[in-house]
Amino acid sequence: MKKIDRRFFLKAMGVTAATLAVGTSKTTTGDPAHVAGDLPELKGILFDATKCKGCYGCEYDCAWEHELTEPDVIDEDERRKTDHTRRTVVNKYNTSKGEVFVKSQCMNCNDPACGAACLTQAMHKTKEGPVIWRDEKCMGCRYCMVSCPFDMPKFEYHSTNPKIEKCDLCYHLQQQGEMPACAYNCPNGALFFGTRRELIYEANKRIAENPDLYYPHIYGEHEAGGSSWMYISPVPFEEIGFNTKIQAKSYPALTKGFISAIAPVDILLPAALLGIYEATKKNKHTNAEKEDLL
Amino acid sequence: MIQATPQPLYQENKETNVFKFILSELKPQGKIFTPFNVISIPVIITGLIIMYIRFTQGIGSVTNLSQEVPWGLWIGFDVVTGVAFAGGAYVLVFMVYILNLEKYRPIVRVTVLNGFLAYLFYSAALLLDLGRPLSIVNVIIGNGFGVSSVLFLVGWHFLLYMLALLLEFSPAIAEWLNARKARKFLSGLTLAAVIFGITLSALHQSGIGALFLMAKEKIHPLWYNSYMPLMFVVSSVFGGISMVILEGSISSKVFDYQLDKNHHKQHKSILHGLSKVCAVGMFVYLFMQILIFVHQQNMPYLFSPMGYWFMFELLGFVLLPMLLFFQSYRTQNITMIKVASVLTLLGIVLNRMNVSIIAFQYEAAVRYVPTWQEFIVTLTIIFIEIWVLRWIITRMPVLRKSPDWVNTNH
Repeated sequence: MKKIDRRFFLKAMGVTAATLAVGTSKTTTGDPAHVAGDLPELKGILFDATKCKGCYGCEYDCAWEHELTEPDVIDEDERRKTDHTRRTVVNKYNTSKGEVFVKSQCMNCNDPACGAACLTQAMHKTKEGPVIWRDEKCMGCRYCMVSCPFDMPKFEYHSTNPKIEKCDLCYHLQQQGEMPACAYNCPNGALFFGTRRELIYEANKRIAENPDLYYPHIYGEHEAGGSSWMYISPVPFEEIGFNTKIQAKSYPALTKGFISAIAPVDILLPAALLGIYEATKKNKHTNAEKEDLL
Repeated sequence: MIQATPQPLYQENKETNVFKFILSELKPQGKIFTPFNVISIPVIITGLIIMYIRFTQGIGSVTNLSQEVPWGLWIGFDVVTGVAFAGGAYVLVFMVYILNLEKYRPIVRVTVLNGFLAYLFYSAALLLDLGRPLSIVNVIIGNGFGVSSVLFLVGWHFLLYMLALLLEFSPAIAEWLNARKARKFLSGLTLAAVIFGITLSALHQSGIGALFLMAKEKIHPLWYNSYMPLMFVVSSVFGGISMVILEGSISSKVFDYQLDKNHHKQHKSILHGLSKVCAVGMFVYLFMQILIFVHQQNMPYLFSPMGYWFMFELLGFVLLPMLLFFQSYRTQNITMIKVASVLTLLGIVLNRMNVSIIAFQYEAAVRYVPTWQEFIVTLTIIFIEIWVLRWIITRMPVLRKSPDWVNTNH
């Protein structure tokens, strides 16, 4: 009895150790550049919090463009979140430098967690930049919502054919060569549309020309591996409700090690099991004899 | 408690027309008003009504799921916990078919059957939770193969493993139908099914842990770590075996009339063997938890409400049952084994619920608490599963010996 159990234990340990070794050795770095060769030309929008006056116009433009319900009557001190009825919201924050308005919506990450999570590729990073949701593929499992570090995909819980709502940088407009509705209509110039390269250049220029006005950080340049939406602000980003715990590596990098271990295990483990079976075949007879003696 | 059907013992199947035979078998046998039936029937009816509401008015009409907490009890308990409970099937076939430990053969069939039904009903629970259940075919027909998705790989391994379990169990079905040639063919496939089944299990058990890898900042650091896939596999070994112990103790009482005289003596020895596997598995698990705890420098979190909850889980439901399993082997105490296996199962529930629900979005302003409807639906699924299990055990050679022709007709 004892012998057999120790053997079982050692083998189980061997198999798990091998799984672990394969699993960790392949971990890739979270370099967003592996997503696409043409990464610098992904389109995006730079939000400048020093310029936003809090007119909430972008909320109306977004709702109109995507045929969503009209934004609710606004109590400025209420902290609101996006949901299945609104893809973007503007919130007011009282900061060390006075009132600051911040627009929030899906960041459209370079290497999106939702895209890697989606088992039907309904969430899809287009080569133009937007992360889009494709109706005909989605099965409503909500794994994108579990994975998104920004909690941005929103689900219609009260529908029998629920959709996921989130900002897609007006992909349909971009395909026609037009700008996203919010960026096109912003009266204060708070939304700057362009390629990521242009946005980073512009953001750095503004910060460098006005070092007293800006906090020296571009949120979205590196967060979660970089995103199409980027932010510059007069105050540190914690003060205006941003999640600053977000890692710089892309989120799909967290599962790459596991995913790349699957194929080797699928191939090697059956072979190992067959080997163990052949090696322990003789137990069948010895055990049977023992049982007879009992 | 499930009540046995104290009815005429199984007789050799003499019916030649398979369809007539199946029809006759479909008829209920035994008493209708057993305590189990009296409790389960109203629950099942309520559950079915709730399911109807869910499909006509959306998931939100019967659950407390939110934009921040998209997975609740139906995923956290039915799927994430349930799969760990069903882990006994792959561990046991590994012991019997791969390591050739003949001692455990008497409980293989019932364990494989339990595993198969568990998977079947957990996938039903999964369908309830999907916003668009019919679109699940997209994963199979390739309307988007999300090969970089952990869930995609879990789904496929899950599906193929169900087939492997069905193949492993199929000789019993053939014996029930008196299909001698089919039985010979199907039992020839068993070893292949076992080998691929174990591989598929190792990967989807770990895959369920890997599902949460991307929720890095959302899960409390005491529960989140990059070794979650490995921890999920290891805990599925002793979780699954504990389920085998508990389930075996219940069914050997309920289905006593199906078992031969030697069974009780054999069963004791099997339980002691299994309790040792559990104890060793739990030792490895605890050791890894300590390594992760030290490596991640989790000490600062320990003396907080979440820290006490973490210690409650690890000390009360891993360390304690582990010691009980070791002690039960030394003192040959069967009751202690049963207590330990119940504690272990509660520990698995705690762990899986912690990762998927309790420590998930631990900073959220509004915490998720399941609705009563979610509990009833979960119970409904478990009860229907027990009904089907009972139907199969009373008809097919699962606990009892195979018909005589199996051994003579080689």
